[in-house]
Amino acid sequence: MNREKPIVHPYIPNAVPTIKEQMLREIGAKSTEDLFADVHEKLRVKDMNLPKPLLSECSLRRYIEEILSKNKTCKEYLNFLGAGCWQHYVPAICDEVNQRSEFLTAYAGEPYEDHGRFQALFEYASMMGELLNMDVVNVPTYDWMQAAATSLRMASRITGRREILISKTISADELSKIKDYCKPQMEVKLLDYDPETGQLDLDSLKAKISSKTAAVYFKNPSYLGFIEAHGDEISKIAHEHGALSVVGVDPISLGILTPPIEYGADIVCGDIQPLGIHMQFGGGQAGFIATRDEEKYVMEYPSRLFGIAPTSVEGEYGFGDVAFGRTSFVLREEAKEFVGTAAALWGITAGVYLALMGPQGMREIGEAIMLRSRYAMLQISRLKGVKCPVFKSTHFKEFVVNFDDTGKTVAEINRALLERKIFGGKDLTKEFPELGNSALYCITEVHTKDDIDRLVNALKEVVE
Amino acid sequence: MEDITKKRYANGKPKLKRFHQAKWDEPIIFELSTEGERGILPPEVEDEIKHMVGDVISHIPEKMRRKEPPKLPELAQPRVLRHYLRLSQETLGADLNIDVGQGTCTMKYSPKINEQLARMPQMTELHPLQPEETVQGILEIMYKFEQILKEISGLDKFSFQPGGGSQAIYTNASIIRAYHESRGEADKKTEIITTIFSHPSNAACARTAGFRVITIYPSEDGYPDIEALKAAVSEHTAGLMITNPEDTGIFNPKIEEFVKIVHEVGGLCAYDQANTNGILGITRAKEAGFDLCHFNLHKAFSAPHGCGGPAVGAVGATKELAEFLPIPVIEFDGDRYYLDYNRPKSIGKVRSWYGVAPVVLKAYAWVMSLGAEGLREVSEIAVLNNNYLLKKMLEIPGVSAPYAKGKRRVEQVRYSWEKLAKDTGVHSEDIGIRAADFGVHYWTSHHPWIVPEPCTLEPTESYSKTELDEYAEIIKHVANEAYTNPEIVKTAPHNSTIHRIDHAPLDDPSQWAITWRAYRRKVSKEHE
Repeated sequence: MNREKPIVHPYIPNAVPTIKEQMLREIGAKSTEDLFADVHEKLRVKDMNLPKPLLSECSLRRYIEEILSKNKTCKEYLNFLGAGCWQHYVPAICDEVNQRSEFLTAYAGEPYEDHGRFQALFEYASMMGELLNMDVVNVPTYDWMQAAATSLRMASRITGRREILISKTISADELSKIKDYCKPQMEVKLLDYDPETGQLDLDSLKAKISSKTAAVYFKNPSYLGFIEAHGDEISKIAHEHGALSVVGVDPISLGILTPPIEYGADIVCGDIQPLGIHMQFGGGQAGFIATRDEEKYVMEYPSRLFGIAPTSVEGEYGFGDVAFGRTSFVLREEAKEFVGTAAALWGITAGVYLALMGPQGMREIGEAIMLRSRYAMLQISRLKGVKCPVFKSTHFKEFVVNFDDTGKTVAEINRALLERKIFGGKDLTKEFPELGNSALYCITEVHTKDDIDRLVNALKEVVE
Repeated sequence: MEDITKKRYANGKPKLKRFHQAKWDEPIIFELSTEGERGILPPEVEDEIKHMVGDVISHIPEKMRRKEPPKLPELAQPRVLRHYLRLSQETLGADLNIDVGQGTCTMKYSPKINEQLARMPQMTELHPLQPEETVQGILEIMYKFEQILKEISGLDKFSFQPGGGSQAIYTNASIIRAYHESRGEADKKTEIITTIFSHPSNAACARTAGFRVITIYPSEDGYPDIEALKAAVSEHTAGLMITNPEDTGIFNPKIEEFVKIVHEVGGLCAYDQANTNGILGITRAKEAGFDLCHFNLHKAFSAPHGCGGPAVGAVGATKELAEFLPIPVIEFDGDRYYLDYNRPKSIGKVRSWYGVAPVVLKAYAWVMSLGAEGLREVSEIAVLNNNYLLKKMLEIPGVSAPYAKGKRRVEQVRYSWEKLAKDTGVHSEDIGIRAADFGVHYWTSHHPWIVPEPCTLEPTESYSKTELDEYAEIIKHVANEAYTNPEIVKTAPHNSTIHRIDHAPLDDPSQWAITWRAYRRKVSKEHE
């Protein structure tokens, strides 16, 4: 069969030749070429060398599926990688809601067409607010590292200061982002950590903090998985010097861990990917920023903030942008940073997740994760030549494992694990050379006892 | 039976639809809470683990143990689903409406096949740190799509890391800064030039990256003013960051000269290609001499907008500037695809990992369905649709299309209701709210409103002639109402989920409520 030419592509209704002719006639043009008179010959593309199209959906599907089949998923392999993107269980309802045409394809509608979108994002912020005990949460930004970088620039504007202090246990990627993003406004100084416990070194903090310090930033649980136990002291020292305490937090830990505001945090940030969003090769990240409800904080957000408002009908909820006039949509370069399309659909999804989990679910999942990760640590620590966890602190879902005394590198071990269909922990040897031959392992509620035992047995085979 | 069909037409044309949006009058989710209901149960921990580990909570340092459970709502699963499905019905979405009213945003059809592909476990269940050999499929897709964007732009290397158009613009500003730093000229190269009809993020991101911003206004005919550019450039010019066609839908025919003028003073030129949907296969960044560009894969390349993301702003650079792109970049050695981190001059990380990979996949599938001819057809039809709608719009009383008289527009037009507002007291915003009564979206425009009482319409290639006619008929009907019965427009919406909002509390720190808890504390105390 030969397709009739010209081909009317299913995505382009007006490609129908007679319609096209009719429309051209109506606007007084001879051909579509007439429409590009302002694009001079010199600027024209001569030839665009693209692959031959797969016009039928059937062949397109088959082609893409064949490429995708080259991937090995974390369903086929047992995955112990975390480090900022985490494998948690995604409830079916989360996907059911975020694939709804209405949410999936809405964009910048007004509250009069998109009331549901505004309400869903207001509710997301409200449920995050309960988790964090904070009154202001933004419409999601890109991810945890953008949330942190913006939180720090907010702190700099609020304090009028230009230095930030960050624990050295931060990830190299996040530090890279913060340095690039904060460069015009401030300088980053790193704080030591206790080599035994990983805890931020309070003496290092006291030595480096000054009247120039805008903020002290630490993550809890830290990037290396342990819980910073001295959040209140860190915040107190920051406040004594007129600086803000900025804390990065994993929201899935907050059913059991203290919300950072209770140990003095002024700005809290992090990523909502653990809350019902698939990993997607890192595509599921979405950042949150939360503060108290004070004008001096609210007006420093670059993000959109949705608020509740009355309508002309009694008892009817309306929603709209809070202080929209502060954003770059209105103020251009006079705004605080910038705002644009980021990760709103994941905000709606995280809202669905929190509504499903409720207070009991969040407590149970937090406890389940700690039980499983602790079990894994205990079992791995029994292996010959393996130190686990490296830090003498309480850990949440991630922990550092050291293999110095096994005579094998992390790369060698991970290769051997891969042969057994296991993705071993993230190799930290370049990122944290002081930790020697170490890897960052992640255990969540998806890992059963059998999964963990399989890992431990595989490690035993490899290192002993 | 009477002829029902006949009653749906007047003068041979279909009558306006008697639309009414879903109205569930849905409570806030906290109001639906019933103590003890459960939405989902996390997997239970095996007894062996519990016995071995014991009480794990007691291991948490006392000060770090949460005392009060979070006051989240408690709802059974079907109730959560119903609530969110109702909210979804109270959202219009591009799939449901003739979404030509959100100019500058290219609200085109997002093919469902691409969504299904992106939701396969071979995409969703990938961890970004998996060994490269286990993610060859997605790396192949990203690499192949990079080759496609290289053809479409003429530039030499792409990064998919930025998570949206604005973050891509920021990335370009950061690259411009890194370039001048690498030449020891950071202290001298302090200014970025943009135009007022370029997206506001060009100005905002340049400032965020530490630059002073100079904004060029158009000359009287609406074309970017080359004399103003000549007056603005100096030894301090770090770069030019602009869209073309601009948000007015006017293509700057002197773009090559603009680029040249900036190059002559040692500046770089970054092309914000948010408005690329009318020029695919027609003209490129390369021919105009740009050093950098970015494409929004969630706009012209069809990935859905998701209420505002997830998204990708793909950043392209010439050979000379490729070394500054964020790390890592994707390479192919003829045998395997891999991530290259060894790029000492890179600006580092802009977003985590490698960008939103499923959005890249959707964009790739879209181009693979169209090919080179198809892409050109997309642009030709998008531009034809726009000029057709322009003609229909100009038949409506009270509206005009300022600037570039008698010239064609590219993919969108910025209209003005100045006359209608003067004649009737009905403003552009009112027209938009009233349009919602007929089931379509309509947006005013970005600020500042250089064009008075503006709206920006961008029909893309996705709507049929009859749909464009329907949209124009709706706007015409509303404009006629403004002249004959302005109250109905000023008190709109009438068929929406909600009625006119009182915005005052949203700008009042003592009243605004960004979360339910803040609302309860500030406004709703008496219910406690």
